[in-house]
Amino acid sequence: ISHGHGGSHSSSGGSTLLGYIGIDTIIEQMRKKTMKTGFDFNIMVVGPSGLGKSTLVNTLFKSQVSRKSAGWARDEKIPKTVEIKSVSHVIEEGGVKMKLTIVDTPGFGDQINNDNCWEPISKYINEQFEKFLKEEVNITRKKRIPDTRVHCCLYFIPPTGHCLRQLDVEFMRRLSHSVNIIPVIAKSDTMTIEERQEFKQRVRKELENNGIEFYPQKEFDDDMEDKSDNDKIRETMPFAVVGSDKEHQVNGKRVLGRKTAWGIIEVENPNHCEFAQLRDFLIRSHLQDLKEVTHNIHYETYRAKRLNDNGGLHPISSNDTQESNL
Amino acid sequence: MQQKNLDGYVGFASLPNQVYRKSVKRGFEFTLMVVGESGLGKSTLINSLFLTDLYSAEYPGPSHRIKKTVEQSKVLIKEGGVQLLLTIVDTPGFGDAVDNSNCWQPIIDHIDSKFEDYLNSESRVNRRQMPDSRIHCCLYFIAPSGHGLKPLDIEFMKRLHEKVNVIPLIAKADTLTPEECQQFKKQIMREIQEHKIKIYEFPETDDEEENRLVKKIKDKLPLAVVGSNTIIEVNSKRVRGRQYPWGVAEVENSDHCDFTILRDMLIRTHMQDLKDVTNNVHYENYRSRKLAAVTYNGVDNNKAKGQLSTKSPLAQMEEERREHVAKMKKMEMEMEQVFEMKVKEKVQKLKDSEAELQRRHEQMKKNLEAQHKELEEKRRVFEEERANWETQQRLEQQKLEASRTLEKNKKKGKIF
Repeated sequence: ISHGHGGSHSSSGGSTLLGYIGIDTIIEQMRKKTMKTGFDFNIMVVGPSGLGKSTLVNTLFKSQVSRKSAGWARDEKIPKTVEIKSVSHVIEEGGVKMKLTIVDTPGFGDQINNDNCWEPISKYINEQFEKFLKEEVNITRKKRIPDTRVHCCLYFIPPTGHCLRQLDVEFMRRLSHSVNIIPVIAKSDTMTIEERQEFKQRVRKELENNGIEFYPQKEFDDDMEDKSDNDKIRETMPFAVVGSDKEHQVNGKRVLGRKTAWGIIEVENPNHCEFAQLRDFLIRSHLQDLKEVTHNIHYETYRAKRLNDNGGLHPISSNDTQESNL
Repeated sequence: MQQKNLDGYVGFASLPNQVYRKSVKRGFEFTLMVVGESGLGKSTLINSLFLTDLYSAEYPGPSHRIKKTVEQSKVLIKEGGVQLLLTIVDTPGFGDAVDNSNCWQPIIDHIDSKFEDYLNSESRVNRRQMPDSRIHCCLYFIAPSGHGLKPLDIEFMKRLHEKVNVIPLIAKADTLTPEECQQFKKQIMREIQEHKIKIYEFPETDDEEENRLVKKIKDKLPLAVVGSNTIIEVNSKRVRGRQYPWGVAEVENSDHCDFTILRDMLIRTHMQDLKDVTNNVHYENYRSRKLAAVTYNGVDNNKAKGQLSTKSPLAQMEEERREHVAKMKKMEMEMEQVFEMKVKEKVQKLKDSEAELQRRHEQMKKNLEAQHKELEEKRRVFEEERANWETQQRLEQQKLEASRTLEKNKKKGKIF
């Protein structure tokens, strides 16, 4: 949203108002509009099988939204190549509708030879950018371009307790410039608190050494307030999470958790794991920012590269069913 | 064959005791291999199994050191007068790369080389020293994904189940809830059967009691284990465990994991059987394959070290004698070389000291000469002075005489 100043007043200090005008109601107007149209959010989960990706997504959105719950069998065979499978749901809360798309990548990192297993994923992300670009370049554009671009990629790091694997580094290095990557440590109930701290530090150092900029990227911090907020978040990343869609009774309350023979792991208890932090960060504070960074930065980078490569795009009318001149 | 009844007590019932005493004196050897991806707790489990810090801060586990593909550590442990030479073969870096094709090859090569060593030492004429470094058991660590076996797991086990006793374990089992663990185990066993992988089978015995125990173990395969290096206080007892904010996972509590079952089976009940199966089945397979390869072609197929000859024992003995003589000669030559080198050194040293002495001698002579000259100089000066002094004396004398003569003449003159 950009606020334009009236043409006659060139001072940007702002003049004092002589009475109540009602400019601040624009926020309410925006809210009403958004509630009517709803919005899209596309999240991709990447990691080798068995790290609890589907469970975590279900826990995040408190509903059975993952691919596994939408009808596929639980002990499906590991596919021979990396597949991209996406499932969409419309969820509603407080009058706000969200079309949530989960993109799953079964087969990533599961083979004996995992060379180039990141390529199908990279291709998919670029394809979504391409789709959006084509729509944008049309002469008669749709009123609201459907946004299938990947806004956020949760990368699951296995809790080895030692350091990042080669595969992790390779993937993140190659994709951190086309999509917002949020690394999470999966199944973190494997580690004690000290082990977890050490592991996190080592992972952060390795990410830094390899020049991997995960979201929130330092270079996109708008102002000091943003920077200090984001710095705090960056210090605790990668979030060590535990997912669960089962409820148990703890102290008279029903909580989401995992019941083991030596205790119950509460998913939303900040002393047990960092799931609550991840959820707040992802959904309650930075959801819109993720979309904006994807649109303003990642998409723009893609677009600029495409335009430069082709020496210019020729807009096509929507009646044209032949191949575009792109 | 007929079985005869005895009329009295003969005494050969004590044979087991005799065997036992001999074995205890000899001590036992056991070689254990651990295979699995990085970070599955292999080193920790070994420490927990043998209640020693095989890998500690001063001697960290293979994951903390420069990576080699196959690493061996030996430790000698004693308990109740029985001595066990334990060798742990670790495989750091297994399955950690992006492309893991053939990562099992170094392991297969290692196992084969141990078989070959044994085969060679068995074929010698002098067999007094026969160290058994064959791998008796391979613990394969499966990551606790909760789904099933990974392609890498299946490939590895398929290639090794005919060479070594494979015992699959679920690592870091405190990640799984009891239900998840059950499901996971069932899934794994299903896949193992599907791919016809022959994991180590517990032998059937005639004893009812033992059979029940064995059946209990079989139901729990693959064993889900947890290892720990730290000791924690729980209900005023000190146990090995892992401290979480939600509780303590105890390693030796059979409700928490199958660690005690693994330890009992591996060390207390089936260690000897593992060695026997290795010797009677896996080693024999290797041996027959190797020998068949040799005799089939008539030409020796294996030119590498470990050439198996099919000559007669006399020829073999001759060859060994020649080997021995060659070895002795080599040692002799080496010693001579060393001796010569030492002699040369000493000669050089002596020469050096001689030169040193010579130099000093020259130096002293020079000093002496210098002093001599100085003295000469002094003497000359002295002589000169003396001469001067004498001349002066004479002059004085002459003067005196002259004056006396003058006075005499004066006196004479006056008298006239």
